[in-house]
Amino acid sequence: MSAARGSSSEERAYRDHEEPKNVEPEADSEHDATDSVIRLEGVGKTYGTVRALTGIDLSVQAGEVTCVLGDNGAGKSTLIKIMAGLHEHTSGTMLVSGKARKFGSPREAVEAGIATVYQDLALAPLMSVWRNFFLANEIRKGPLRLLDADRMKRITRDELAKMGIDLPDVDRPVGSLSGGQRQCVAIARAIYFGAKVLILDEPTAALGVKQSGVVLKYVARAAESGLGVVFITHNPHHAFLVGDHFVILKLGQMALDASRDEITVEQLTEQMAGGDELAELRHEMHEAD
Amino acid sequence: MSSATTTPDRRPDTTTDTRTAPRSPIAALLGKPEVGALIGAIAICVLFLSVAPAFRGLANVGTILYQSSAIGIMAVPVALLMIGGEFDLSAGVAVTSSALAASMLAWEFNFNVWVGILLALAISLAVGFANGWLLYRTRLPSFLVTLGTYFVLQGANLAVPRLIDDNVTSPKIDDMAGFDSAHAVFASSHTFFKSDSFEGITINISVLFWVLLTVVAAVVLTRTRAGNWIFAAGGDAEAARASGVPVVRTKIGLFLFVGFAAWLLGMHTLLNFATVQSNQGVGNEFIYIIAAVVGGCLLTGGFGSVIGASIGALIYGMTNLGITYAGWNVDWLKTFLGIMLVLATLINMWVRRQAERR
Repeated sequence: MSAARGSSSEERAYRDHEEPKNVEPEADSEHDATDSVIRLEGVGKTYGTVRALTGIDLSVQAGEVTCVLGDNGAGKSTLIKIMAGLHEHTSGTMLVSGKARKFGSPREAVEAGIATVYQDLALAPLMSVWRNFFLANEIRKGPLRLLDADRMKRITRDELAKMGIDLPDVDRPVGSLSGGQRQCVAIARAIYFGAKVLILDEPTAALGVKQSGVVLKYVARAAESGLGVVFITHNPHHAFLVGDHFVILKLGQMALDASRDEITVEQLTEQMAGGDELAELRHEMHEAD
Repeated sequence: MSSATTTPDRRPDTTTDTRTAPRSPIAALLGKPEVGALIGAIAICVLFLSVAPAFRGLANVGTILYQSSAIGIMAVPVALLMIGGEFDLSAGVAVTSSALAASMLAWEFNFNVWVGILLALAISLAVGFANGWLLYRTRLPSFLVTLGTYFVLQGANLAVPRLIDDNVTSPKIDDMAGFDSAHAVFASSHTFFKSDSFEGITINISVLFWVLLTVVAAVVLTRTRAGNWIFAAGGDAEAARASGVPVVRTKIGLFLFVGFAAWLLGMHTLLNFATVQSNQGVGNEFIYIIAAVVGGCLLTGGFGSVIGASIGALIYGMTNLGITYAGWNVDWLKTFLGIMLVLATLINMWVRRQAERR
């Protein structure tokens, strides 16, 4: 099913390239577009002659964790960048709260309630924790519109405490925090600033077991509090711990689209490693013995 | 999962991480970028107080401050720009360009001096904007873009006066309309504490400009949203953009501020002497950068202090006159500056590491 859809949207990608004004029919999406915060329909992205993504259908529901899995180069980053406003998609439609959108800048995405926590966290390492927390959302006071540093420090401390991180000195540069703490600062920031959707780009990739656990706990907590969470990872075990819905990307296309009750962690791992390829690999390793 | 039982988790729990304990007040103090420069300034002051008798004369305070202001007025915006992650190698000649533009335009069209001054402001801001805009459009490093501007301006500084007047010195404008009032605004000086036994301390208005620029820039950097954006743009431009900081606008704003300060210092130079020479200002861009680096600014951006840069300028002023007062050969000034630059950078690095360790 997904293969057929992929090829048809490939054609669509070419058509759209010539006629960028072409609007997708929205009739079939109307009945469930309302309860998904973000909905992608046949979304594709070409960089010159390179097709990074084709025919992506994805729906992010409030209060759910949607996991996007894929190996390096599968198109996960491109997908995030489209939703985060760093790149514009070249085909298909992206519906945000039911409205077709194309973001020209990350600011537009943030204003639409989409917060992204990148692999590199989008934190300036030499800046203090509180300055990073309020970056581009500074609280100002008085006729001179000076920064209300005391209030921002207090809020930063409180918000981090809510996530279970006790950071008495928020004046410390972010670079001096541990990886898990940095990740949590970025997540806490996104939640505090009223995100409806939280996109997490490989939040556990560089972390140890315990810190990964802490971060996964906050991923689940964010979804419980009503946010739509997009969790990008290449670790099927991490994904299965928190995910409600799973999408596997392979070479820029969707290879799997299943909800939690349709799949087991073994199947997910198998699919992720590319089932047949894994069997072949096993065979080759036996040959080598 | 089985590995968890064989290797006990040695990672500290994030909730009880001892690394997040509050820093000691000493560490917090050492963590401030301007501390190294302050220690350096005190050391240099003590050095010249002991070897140069004239340095001890109170009347010379005015001269030292004047020398410092001539660097400090530019070191402040150059430091902000460096914290924002960019260089401006054209900063030195831009001062002369502004002064030449004001005097040549006023002289050539027989304008009131003030008209020339306002036109020069427009030109200086345009040069600053061009630097920022080229940087954004070409995505070249600012080192290259402003190196280009530097040579373009230096060439124009020589060629235009030669073309118009066949001279490398701008015509004297002290008899033109508006000169006196402009002189009062940009180059007047006052003598304080004058008595029968004491000649007084003469403070030029440029010192006031320098102090004002330092205070305003320091407040903007540490206490306003724009300052937060400058730190972020220099610390990690991609991260800043992803967070919603208008990085391009911030950087163009910084280049405009350099343009404004170049105009201010250019007007002071012009009105103080009524004339400027085409080759003035060449090499000063490095002295501004030295002042900023001595003051704790990182070459890679994202960290530094305006007050530190002003202390750096003060160090330059003290050294410049201290060498003369001590009776040493002034030719050694640049050598001294070079040694100081490397030493200051090493000290700043060491101080920061100490602060991080506590």
